[in-house]
Amino acid sequence: MKNYLNINNIVAGYHSGFQLKKVNFSIEKGKFAGIIGPNGSGKTTFFKCLTGDLKTLNGSIELNKVDLAKLQIKEKAKKVAVVSQFTEVTDVTVEDYVIMGRMPYRSNFQFFESKEDHEIAEKYMKLTDVFQFKNKAMSELSGGEQQLAAIARALTQEPELLLLDEPTSHLDISHQVQILNLIQLLNDELGLTVLIIIHDLNLASEYCDYLVMMKDGGVHIQGTPSDVLNYQTIEDVYNTVVITRENPVSKKPVVFLVSDRVMKNQ
Amino acid sequence: MNQKYSKWLLFVLILLALTLVSALFSLLTGEIKISIKELPEILNSKEGLQYAILSKIRWPRIILAFSVGGALSLTGAILQGIYRNPLVEPYTLGISGGAALGIALVIVLGLHLSLGSFMLPLAGFSGSVITIFLVYFLSIRKGAININRMLLIGVMISFIASSAMMFLMAISTTENLHSIIFWMMGSLEEPNSFLIKVVFWSSISGLVISYFFARPLNALRLGEEKARHLGINSTVTIRILFVVASLLTGICVAVAGIIGFVGLIIPHIIRIIIGPDYRVLLLSSFLGGSIFLMISDIIARTIISPNELPIGVITGLVGGIVFVFVLASANFKSKLN
Repeated sequence: MKNYLNINNIVAGYHSGFQLKKVNFSIEKGKFAGIIGPNGSGKTTFFKCLTGDLKTLNGSIELNKVDLAKLQIKEKAKKVAVVSQFTEVTDVTVEDYVIMGRMPYRSNFQFFESKEDHEIAEKYMKLTDVFQFKNKAMSELSGGEQQLAAIARALTQEPELLLLDEPTSHLDISHQVQILNLIQLLNDELGLTVLIIIHDLNLASEYCDYLVMMKDGGVHIQGTPSDVLNYQTIEDVYNTVVITRENPVSKKPVVFLVSDRVMKNQ
Repeated sequence: MNQKYSKWLLFVLILLALTLVSALFSLLTGEIKISIKELPEILNSKEGLQYAILSKIRWPRIILAFSVGGALSLTGAILQGIYRNPLVEPYTLGISGGAALGIALVIVLGLHLSLGSFMLPLAGFSGSVITIFLVYFLSIRKGAININRMLLIGVMISFIASSAMMFLMAISTTENLHSIIFWMMGSLEEPNSFLIKVVFWSSISGLVISYFFARPLNALRLGEEKARHLGINSTVTIRILFVVASLLTGICVAVAGIIGFVGLIIPHIIRIIIGPDYRVLLLSSFLGGSIFLMISDIIARTIISPNELPIGVITGLVGGIVFVFVLASANFKSKLN
């Protein structure tokens, strides 16, 4: 389906002066899309508009022809799940944490979790490989395991759209790859539409089908990784000299940095 | 999973049993001791000195201890949840400061003598309501309430109120000074049965209302934004709970004075024992606070009998020591958050 997630002319901003200037793009159903861009380009501000944490001043965000801003908070939580950069470290057990994803589905007077809630939570804990920790406290898990639990919780919401804000930025490469592979698997097998903010251009290139590169509060360029990640655009947007080559296996672009000293000696 | 719920049920049943035992013990202890065997007989006869002591003096006191202890502890649990700060208690928000100032003002002006003793709780309650509104409206920025701002403003208002009160105390007569200090130390002596009823029903209503927010409170442990992502209207939840908690505190302070520590330590101890799930924490904190205050009251009444210690002294001492002890013992660290 074309234009499953439609971002129309989003304008938003803070009182401090930073503004999003008419962000426009759309994503097809079942895509794994990434938002990239330098610090201060508006990625996080835009993400907050998507999650509803920041009010938009103009424009609309439509998911499957439904305006997200017009949905009730509870209804929205059934359609959109969010995984943030950091998981809140609390003393809840992993199972209790994951099952919180069922909250939007509970009626006001339902006091206990239903059997179905437990089954769904168990299913996704197994899928994300955190079932073994189900009785451990979240605070006892490593950063990578916490992120996996956060993804399990998001999946338990059974959303149509999964939003992730730099979920791998503070993890080592094995956990980065584990988490991105998992998201890719979800994208393939569950047909879940994924939108991820990601700093690492090489990971973005390797995993995302579609990239939106932001600059100065607007979309600079969008398209497949090969369209977006060439040395000219990156130099324009990041003001950094880079070299791009093709990954010999995946055929996706890879970005190389070169230090000043080496450049001078060349 | 059913195991979890049965654990909760068992815990609540134990607390209920302890509540009954404490109440009974409180009923029998005092200057005139009554043995448990005599109790049915006295209650049946409905006359005599002993019956009068039970029904007119001890029973109202037990109800007051039950309600105030429960309400303060419940309020503590709620506020620690919405502020996500383990050190918040009902008095942190300046509510007690406002109430104390109101009462000190009435005592210094002698209004309670001219307009009746009912003026004291009324002044206390008005003081706390005014404080609540001040904290609430000063914390609103751009239509949204900033939780940390609210906390800071509450602490500041507390300071301002206590300074103003020190000023009143400095210019007041010895007799007035004594009344103010006595009120500040907290007391469960309340001759007015209407006020006791008000406190009782308010605390029960507070408990019932809080249960509509047990699940949102659970989600709020992850933070306001994350709770919103889970479909919880964080803003509305925090707003309603703040008002409920403030009113409950105001009522308790107005009737019983400042009884510290209950709202801080009881929810913590309960959390350590049964875990942080608000579905069990709210009721358990309520009952825990009731038990704690009833027992503190027994100690306050008997330790230097026939005189009575201010109950705030007992809750502070006993509560503080127990709390330090619990903190120092084993697995606290992992459960602090």
